[in-house]
Amino acid sequence: MSLLHLAVLSPLLLAILIPFLHKYFKSIHTGWFLLPLPAVLFAYFLQFISTTGHGGTVMETVPWISSLGIDFTLKVDGLGLLFALLITGIGALVVLYSIYYLNPDKEKLNTFYVYLLLFMGAMLGVVLSDNLIVLYTFWELTSFSSFLLIGYWNDRERSRYGAQKSMLITVFGGLSMLAGILMLYIITGTFSISETIEMSNEVVNHPLFTATLILFLLGAFTKSAQFPFHIWLPDAMEAPTPVSAYLHSATMVKAGIYLVARMTPVFAHSGTWVWLVAGVGVITLFWGSFSAVKQTDLKAILAFSTVSQLGMIMSLLGAGAAALHYGTIEDGYYIVAVTAAVFHLINHATFKGSLFMVTGIIDHETGTRDIRKLGGLMNFMPITFTLAIIGTFSMAGIPPFNGFLSKEMFFTGMLRIAEMDIFNMDTWGILFPIIAWTASVFTFLYSMMYVFKTFMGKYQPEKLETKPHEAPIGMLISPVILASLVIIFGIFPNVLSHSIISPAMGSILPSLLENGEGFDVHISHWHGPTAELFMTIGVITIGILLYKFMPKWAGIYSKFPSRMSFNRFYDRGLELVELTSKNITRSYMTGFIRTYLVYIFTFFILALASTLIFKNAFKLDMSDVAPIRFFEVVLVLIMAISAITILFAKSRLTSIILLGAVGYTVALFFVLFRAPDLALTQLVIETVSVSLFLLAFYHLPQIRRNEERIRFRATNALISIGVGAIVTMIALSAHSNKIFGSISEYYVENTYKKAGGENMVNVILVDFRGFDTMFEITVLGIAALGIFAMIKLRLTRGKELDENK
Amino acid sequence: MKTNDIILQTVTKFTLFVIILFSIHLFFAGHYYPGGGFIGGLMTSGAIVLLLLAFDIKTVKMILPVDYLKVVAVGLLFAIGTGAGALFFDKPFLTHAYTYAYLPLLGKTSLHTAVLFDTGVFLVVIGVTMTIIQTIGESE
Repeated sequence: MSLLHLAVLSPLLLAILIPFLHKYFKSIHTGWFLLPLPAVLFAYFLQFISTTGHGGTVMETVPWISSLGIDFTLKVDGLGLLFALLITGIGALVVLYSIYYLNPDKEKLNTFYVYLLLFMGAMLGVVLSDNLIVLYTFWELTSFSSFLLIGYWNDRERSRYGAQKSMLITVFGGLSMLAGILMLYIITGTFSISETIEMSNEVVNHPLFTATLILFLLGAFTKSAQFPFHIWLPDAMEAPTPVSAYLHSATMVKAGIYLVARMTPVFAHSGTWVWLVAGVGVITLFWGSFSAVKQTDLKAILAFSTVSQLGMIMSLLGAGAAALHYGTIEDGYYIVAVTAAVFHLINHATFKGSLFMVTGIIDHETGTRDIRKLGGLMNFMPITFTLAIIGTFSMAGIPPFNGFLSKEMFFTGMLRIAEMDIFNMDTWGILFPIIAWTASVFTFLYSMMYVFKTFMGKYQPEKLETKPHEAPIGMLISPVILASLVIIFGIFPNVLSHSIISPAMGSILPSLLENGEGFDVHISHWHGPTAELFMTIGVITIGILLYKFMPKWAGIYSKFPSRMSFNRFYDRGLELVELTSKNITRSYMTGFIRTYLVYIFTFFILALASTLIFKNAFKLDMSDVAPIRFFEVVLVLIMAISAITILFAKSRLTSIILLGAVGYTVALFFVLFRAPDLALTQLVIETVSVSLFLLAFYHLPQIRRNEERIRFRATNALISIGVGAIVTMIALSAHSNKIFGSISEYYVENTYKKAGGENMVNVILVDFRGFDTMFEITVLGIAALGIFAMIKLRLTRGKELDENK
Repeated sequence: MKTNDIILQTVTKFTLFVIILFSIHLFFAGHYYPGGGFIGGLMTSGAIVLLLLAFDIKTVKMILPVDYLKVVAVGLLFAIGTGAGALFFDKPFLTHAYTYAYLPLLGKTSLHTAVLFDTGVFLVVIGVTMTIIQTIGESE
């Protein structure tokens, strides 16, 4: 257990304490207890820069399931560190903001912060683990915790809908990824990411390659809300605004980006990867920005904007991956794409985070987020307005903000894709810069809409719930910090070049570097009169024109049939799945335990009989069978007679007692065969279960023999005889087929030596196979809970019925 | 259906303690002779069931005001806690330890962490059987 492991797990550990802190320090906002953690973690992770800045990595392992190649290995390299800093840095700001945003009297703060901490820990685990299975575990934990956070206001129907939707889509992706991980394991024989990267040549040439690649991408695309899986992100905006700022702009949605970046060295030698990642990215970019323009809710605009920006980063990673495909850095343009991807990742976190917080402030102070109701807020909220200007202008790609820089580099990357020769790119590739440029126009458009429709224009006080005023200082700190970063990164773009961006790129494109070498990153404002500059000028001009004449052309949005939308497909699909499964279930779930036993035993007979026959497994070897003694014959007769008498018993009491007799006879057998432990257990069990039967006697339905028709009884007889025959056959052949020596010798030898006990049965139960016992008693506990709940619930329902009378 | 079964009730009052003492003996004997948490627990629940049969459920609840679901929970905690305890000594989950000690009155006695685990089993078994029996019995 190293400090690094502790750092990753610390949010989860703190989460355990939160309910207590919340309970015993009621007067203090729970968020204050949380705030130090991400701040300290941020400081802790900053130390790693000195290592990763020179291309070094830190690796710590805790053995977990070593025999299966699954160890809790954490690795800090440039890429992981970048994300860890984002998670903790933005995390600290979000927690600070949430302290002022969430009212401790109205909200269940303890649950909120527990979920948030779960999420933070999970996210750190995702970006720092070097083992794919560990990564997957944390990955799904982010899905769960975001499900809880989106559904935080679970009394609202939209929240529940949004939470379910995000869960279904991201977990679907997660499971695909798990399949991909297993396939990758089949190919490489290791779960370690570092080792997998070294074997990338074998991976590419393996027949499973394309399937693995697609499964991994499904995981990444669903998480990062790529087209057409983007539909969950806008609905996830039902979460409280700090959550949106954190999960849906800065961290979780970027887990998909992270995965693509992380797996780039493994998969990118193939053209398929470049083509898929860049293609899906650019489509998402366009669709997100196009859809954002028609939104009227500020948060919805930002949600679609996030979708589109994630698409942009994705397409950049795809374009940059071409560098690995060609295996060269001579042609620096692909490197520019990767630089832009990493740089924009940071930029997006800063400006989108601050914009979400601004939206939260507007919502908090005016009571609405609808741009049709807002307007003219500039005079009331000058600071918020300034922050919004900085954020949106950066988002729109206007100089001198940092968004402009990454957008320029983005155009460079897209222009270069057009020239690639992967997958006939020379003909289709020209679409990339065109789509990218169009999308940028829409990006410009919605950015302007966001800021000007909210803060300029006519002030409509009659439509607002409260009189707007400037936000309290506490709510402004976080967005002010983020907005200052926007400006700093904009004016001094190379602040992070060597410490953060270059090492992160080194992790994405490791094979292009010699040992100890780093990418030479230099971001500059002025490139001369290049194509990119003219594209930006075009974006701004056309954007302004479109904004001016918006009412004239906005009609095209209503032309688009809403019946064809992906949301509609999702809803219909969900309904269909529910309906079908209900119908299927209804067809075999009769509610009679008898029917279920028929299914179980039929399956039992079929499965075992076919195995016995096809595997030729039945064998009879009577050579070492002990002679049958007189007592045994008598006991068998007693057992058989009681069992048969049960069938003909007229009253239930008789059947119960006869069943008890069978059980006690079995106990006698154990006595005969010198197994006192088993005999004792059997006796006590029999006693308790007979008395349980007697207790439940009055609740059991009357025996109605006539309801069963002859045919049905014949089936019953057939099944019981079949089960009996199969069990006998298995017992006989198990005795005759001794492939391995009996394990009992081991226990005889070691029971005293290793466990210090003389009773072998007990030692096996509590020591050698203690794990089994632990789960068995857990199952028992669950069964007790189930019975308790079933009966108590029935009772309360009965009471309600009485009241209704 | 309540009948005043004086003989059964009187006998129960005495035998109850005998059965419970026997079950405790079974529980502790477990590691060396037939017995253990599972059987001990069942035997104890058998004693309580006998009490239930002799008296009615309300009386028994008054005598033993125990929430058996909590007994299950405590038992599970015992079992898992014993398992997790090994982790603090850098041993795999559920590694047991034992030693011999000279205790007053008992003389040379073996001390096992397995007993703690078995206590968990013991409690869970009592809790589960009694939860089931009590809930079904109460619903009459």
